[in-house]
Amino acid sequence: MSFDDILDLIAAICLVLGAFLSLAAGVGLLRFPDALSRLHAATKPQVLGLLFVVTAIALGARSWSTLLALLPVLLFQVLTAPISAHMVGRAGYRTGNFRRDLLIADELEEAVDEATAEADAAGEAVEDRGVGPAPTQNT
Amino acid sequence: MSAALTVLYFGAGLLFTAAALLAVVRIVRGPSILDRVIASDVLLTTLLLVIGAEMVINGHTRTIPLMVVLAATAVFGTIAVARYVSKQDKPGEAVPDVEPDVEPADGGTK
Repeated sequence: MSFDDILDLIAAICLVLGAFLSLAAGVGLLRFPDALSRLHAATKPQVLGLLFVVTAIALGARSWSTLLALLPVLLFQVLTAPISAHMVGRAGYRTGNFRRDLLIADELEEAVDEATAEADAAGEAVEDRGVGPAPTQNT
Repeated sequence: MSAALTVLYFGAGLLFTAAALLAVVRIVRGPSILDRVIASDVLLTTLLLVIGAEMVINGHTRTIPLMVVLAATAVFGTIAVARYVSKQDKPGEAVPDVEPDVEPADGGTK
Protein backbone atom coordinates (compact mmCIF):
# COMPACT_ATOMS: atom_id res chain seq x y z
CA MET A 1 0.00 0.00 0.00
CA SER A 2 1.71 3.12 -1.23
CA PHE A 3 1.32 6.66 0.05
CA ASP A 4 -0.89 7.55 -2.95
CA ASP A 5 -3.27 4.74 -2.09
CA ILE A 6 -3.56 5.98 1.47
CA LEU A 7 -4.36 9.51 0.30
CA ASP A 8 -7.02 8.15 -2.07
CA LEU A 9 -8.51 6.09 0.73
CA ILE A 10 -8.67 9.09 3.08
CA ALA A 11 -10.30 11.17 0.33
CA ALA A 12 -12.92 8.47 -0.27
CA ILE A 13 -13.65 8.23 3.45
CA CYS A 14 -14.08 12.03 3.61
CA LEU A 15 -16.54 11.77 0.70
CA VAL A 16 -18.58 9.14 2.51
CA LEU A 17 -18.65 11.27 5.68
CA GLY A 18 -19.85 14.29 3.69
CA ALA A 19 -22.50 12.18 1.99
CA PHE A 20 -23.58 10.83 5.38
CA LEU A 21 -24.09 14.36 6.71
CA SER A 22 -26.12 15.13 3.60
CA LEU A 23 -28.28 12.09 4.24
CA ALA A 24 -28.68 13.15 7.87
CA ALA A 25 -30.05 16.48 6.66
CA GLY A 26 -32.47 14.66 4.35
CA VAL A 27 -33.71 12.38 7.11
CA GLY A 28 -34.02 15.35 9.47
CA LEU A 29 -36.08 17.23 6.88
CA LEU A 30 -38.47 14.35 6.66
CA ARG A 31 -38.74 13.40 10.32
CA PHE A 32 -38.67 16.69 12.24
CA PRO A 33 -42.05 18.17 13.13
CA ASP A 34 -41.81 21.89 12.29
CA ALA A 35 -39.94 24.34 10.08
CA LEU A 36 -37.54 25.57 12.76
CA SER A 37 -36.42 22.03 13.70
CA ARG A 38 -35.99 21.22 10.01
CA LEU A 39 -33.83 24.31 9.70
CA HIS A 40 -31.55 22.81 12.36
CA ALA A 41 -31.17 19.60 10.38
CA ALA A 42 -30.66 21.42 7.10
CA THR A 43 -27.58 23.31 8.26
CA LYS A 44 -25.49 20.20 8.99
CA PRO A 45 -24.09 19.52 5.49
CA GLN A 46 -23.76 23.20 4.62
CA VAL A 47 -20.53 23.69 6.54
CA LEU A 48 -19.18 20.40 7.88
CA GLY A 49 -20.23 18.33 4.87
CA LEU A 50 -18.69 20.87 2.53
CA LEU A 51 -15.53 20.86 4.65
CA PHE A 52 -15.25 17.09 4.21
CA VAL A 53 -15.77 17.26 0.45
CA VAL A 54 -13.29 20.13 0.05
CA THR A 55 -10.73 18.11 2.01
CA ALA A 56 -11.43 15.13 -0.25
CA ILE A 57 -10.92 17.23 -3.41
CA ALA A 58 -7.66 18.70 -2.14
CA LEU A 59 -6.40 15.23 -1.13
CA GLY A 60 -7.47 13.73 -4.44
CA ALA A 61 -5.71 16.45 -6.44
CA ARG A 62 -2.71 16.40 -4.04
CA SER A 63 -2.04 20.10 -4.46
CA TRP A 64 -2.06 23.15 -2.20
CA SER A 65 -3.17 25.45 -5.03
CA THR A 66 -6.35 23.41 -5.43
CA LEU A 67 -7.01 23.86 -1.74
CA LEU A 68 -6.43 27.58 -2.18
CA ALA A 69 -8.94 27.66 -5.07
CA LEU A 70 -11.47 25.85 -2.86
CA LEU A 71 -11.13 28.24 0.09
CA PRO A 72 -13.58 30.78 -1.44
CA VAL A 73 -16.22 28.03 -1.60
CA LEU A 74 -15.88 27.40 2.14
CA LEU A 75 -15.65 31.12 2.88
CA PHE A 76 -18.82 31.99 0.95
CA GLN A 77 -20.73 29.13 2.50
CA VAL A 78 -19.63 29.99 6.03
CA LEU A 79 -20.54 33.64 5.45
CA THR A 80 -23.93 33.09 3.81
CA ALA A 81 -25.31 30.05 5.64
CA PRO A 82 -26.01 32.01 8.86
CA ILE A 83 -27.68 34.80 6.86
CA SER A 84 -30.14 32.52 5.13
CA ALA A 85 -30.75 30.55 8.33
CA HIS A 86 -31.42 33.80 10.20
CA MET A 87 -33.86 35.01 7.54
CA VAL A 88 -35.73 31.71 7.43
CA GLY A 89 -35.85 31.47 11.21
CA ARG A 90 -37.15 35.02 11.50
CA ALA A 91 -39.82 34.41 8.88
CA GLY A 92 -40.72 31.13 10.57
CA TYR A 93 -41.18 32.80 13.95
CA ARG A 94 -43.16 35.73 12.63
CA THR A 95 -45.56 33.60 10.62
CA GLY A 96 -46.06 31.25 13.57
CA ASN A 97 -44.61 28.38 11.61
CA PHE A 98 -43.45 26.37 14.62
CA ARG A 99 -44.97 24.26 17.37
CA ARG A 100 -45.09 26.24 20.55
CA ASP A 101 -45.49 23.13 22.69
CA LEU A 102 -42.01 21.97 21.61
CA LEU A 103 -40.32 25.13 22.86
CA ILE A 104 -38.52 25.07 26.20
CA ALA A 105 -37.99 28.80 26.37
CA ASP A 106 -39.13 31.64 24.13
CA GLU A 107 -37.00 34.69 24.92
CA LEU A 108 -38.01 36.38 21.69
CA GLU A 109 -41.61 36.55 22.88
CA GLU A 110 -40.63 38.71 25.87
CA ALA A 111 -38.68 41.04 23.61
CA VAL A 112 -41.61 41.24 21.20
CA ASP A 113 -44.01 41.97 24.07
CA GLU A 114 -41.76 44.74 25.39
CA ALA A 115 -41.37 46.30 21.98
CA THR A 116 -45.12 46.06 21.39
CA ALA A 117 -45.81 47.84 24.69
CA GLU A 118 -43.34 50.56 23.75
CA ALA A 119 -44.90 50.96 20.34
CA ASP A 120 -48.37 51.19 21.88
CA ALA A 121 -47.14 53.87 24.27
CA ALA A 122 -45.61 55.82 21.43
CA GLY A 123 -49.00 55.82 19.78
CA GLU A 124 -50.35 56.26 16.32
CA ALA A 125 -47.28 57.86 14.73
CA VAL A 126 -45.11 54.80 15.27
CA GLU A 127 -47.74 52.52 13.81
CA ASP A 128 -47.89 54.61 10.65
CA ARG A 129 -44.16 54.48 10.32
CA GLY A 130 -44.24 50.72 10.93
CA VAL A 131 -46.08 49.88 7.73
CA GLY A 132 -44.01 52.29 5.70
CA PRO A 133 -40.22 52.28 5.33
CA ALA A 134 -39.49 50.17 8.41
CA PRO A 135 -39.36 46.74 6.66
CA THR A 136 -36.52 47.81 4.38
CA GLN A 137 -34.30 49.03 7.18
CA ASN A 138 -35.17 45.83 8.97
CA THR A 139 -32.91 43.60 6.95
CA MET B 1 -7.22 -1.45 -2.92
CA SER B 2 -9.16 -0.10 -5.86
CA ALA B 3 -12.03 -2.42 -4.96
CA ALA B 4 -12.28 -0.74 -1.57
CA LEU B 5 -12.25 2.65 -3.27
CA THR B 6 -15.05 1.58 -5.63
CA VAL B 7 -17.16 0.42 -2.69
CA LEU B 8 -16.61 3.71 -0.86
CA TYR B 9 -17.47 5.75 -3.97
CA PHE B 10 -20.65 3.73 -4.51
CA GLY B 11 -21.59 4.19 -0.85
CA ALA B 12 -21.12 7.96 -1.10
CA GLY B 13 -23.20 8.02 -4.28
CA LEU B 14 -25.99 6.07 -2.64
CA LEU B 15 -26.03 8.36 0.40
CA PHE B 16 -26.11 11.46 -1.81
CA THR B 17 -28.94 10.00 -3.87
CA ALA B 18 -30.99 9.19 -0.79
CA ALA B 19 -30.39 12.69 0.62
CA ALA B 20 -31.50 14.37 -2.61
CA LEU B 21 -34.60 12.17 -2.84
CA LEU B 22 -35.58 12.92 0.77
CA ALA B 23 -35.15 16.66 0.10
CA VAL B 24 -37.36 16.37 -2.99
CA VAL B 25 -40.00 14.53 -0.95
CA ARG B 26 -40.03 17.40 1.55
CA ILE B 27 -40.25 19.96 -1.26
CA VAL B 28 -43.32 18.19 -2.62
CA ARG B 29 -45.00 17.54 0.74
CA GLY B 30 -43.84 20.55 2.78
CA PRO B 31 -46.91 22.08 4.41
CA SER B 32 -45.58 25.64 4.28
CA ILE B 33 -43.41 27.53 1.83
CA LEU B 34 -40.67 27.78 4.46
CA ASP B 35 -40.35 23.98 4.58
CA ARG B 36 -39.99 23.98 0.82
CA VAL B 37 -37.34 26.68 0.92
CA ILE B 38 -35.33 24.82 3.55
CA ALA B 39 -35.62 21.58 1.58
CA SER B 40 -34.54 23.23 -1.67
CA ASP B 41 -31.58 24.70 0.20
CA VAL B 42 -30.62 21.18 1.27
CA LEU B 43 -31.04 19.98 -2.31
CA LEU B 44 -28.71 22.72 -3.52
CA THR B 45 -26.13 21.88 -0.85
CA THR B 46 -26.33 18.23 -1.85
CA LEU B 47 -25.76 19.26 -5.46
CA LEU B 48 -22.72 21.28 -4.40
CA LEU B 49 -21.29 18.27 -2.54
CA VAL B 50 -22.05 15.96 -5.48
CA ILE B 51 -20.15 18.24 -7.86
CA GLY B 52 -17.19 18.07 -5.47
CA ALA B 53 -17.47 14.30 -5.12
CA GLU B 54 -17.54 13.90 -8.90
CA MET B 55 -14.25 15.80 -9.09
CA VAL B 56 -12.64 13.42 -6.60
CA ILE B 57 -13.95 10.29 -8.33
CA ASN B 58 -13.00 11.31 -11.87
CA GLY B 59 -9.77 12.95 -10.75
CA HIS B 60 -10.07 16.43 -12.25
CA THR B 61 -10.51 19.97 -10.89
CA ARG B 62 -12.38 21.65 -13.74
CA THR B 63 -15.65 22.34 -11.92
CA ILE B 64 -14.22 24.30 -8.99
CA PRO B 65 -15.49 27.64 -10.45
CA LEU B 66 -18.98 26.15 -10.57
CA MET B 67 -18.71 25.30 -6.86
CA VAL B 68 -17.57 28.84 -6.05
CA VAL B 69 -20.49 30.41 -7.90
CA LEU B 70 -23.01 28.01 -6.38
CA ALA B 71 -21.73 28.62 -2.86
CA ALA B 72 -21.78 32.40 -3.36
CA THR B 73 -25.27 32.69 -4.87
CA ALA B 74 -27.15 29.95 -3.04
CA VAL B 75 -28.17 32.41 -0.35
CA PHE B 76 -30.14 34.81 -2.59
CA GLY B 77 -33.10 32.56 -3.31
CA THR B 78 -33.56 31.70 0.34
CA ILE B 79 -33.37 35.34 1.45
CA ALA B 80 -35.80 36.47 -1.25
CA VAL B 81 -38.42 33.90 -0.30
CA ALA B 82 -37.95 34.47 3.44
CA ARG B 83 -38.46 38.22 2.97
CA TYR B 84 -41.57 37.60 0.89
CA VAL B 85 -43.00 35.25 3.48
CA SER B 86 -42.44 37.58 6.41
CA LYS B 87 -44.27 40.38 4.63
CA GLN B 88 -47.03 38.40 3.03
CA ASP B 89 -48.14 35.91 5.63
CA LYS B 90 -48.34 38.37 8.51
CA PRO B 91 -51.99 39.50 8.47
CA GLY B 92 -53.48 36.03 8.23
CA GLU B 93 -51.32 33.58 10.11
CA ALA B 94 -49.20 35.73 12.38
CA VAL B 95 -48.77 35.05 16.06
CA PRO B 96 -50.90 37.70 17.79
CA ASP B 97 -47.82 39.15 19.53
CA VAL B 98 -46.10 39.94 16.27
CA GLU B 99 -49.19 41.36 14.63
CA PRO B 100 -49.23 45.13 15.41
CA ASP B 101 -46.35 46.42 13.30
CA VAL B 102 -42.80 45.76 12.25
CA GLU B 103 -41.01 47.50 15.11
CA PRO B 104 -41.46 44.68 17.69
CA ALA B 105 -39.83 42.03 15.54
CA ASP B 106 -37.02 44.44 14.82
CA GLY B 107 -36.34 44.86 18.52
CA GLY B 108 -36.64 41.13 19.03
CA THR B 109 -34.08 40.00 16.51
CA LYS B 110 -31.34 42.15 18.00
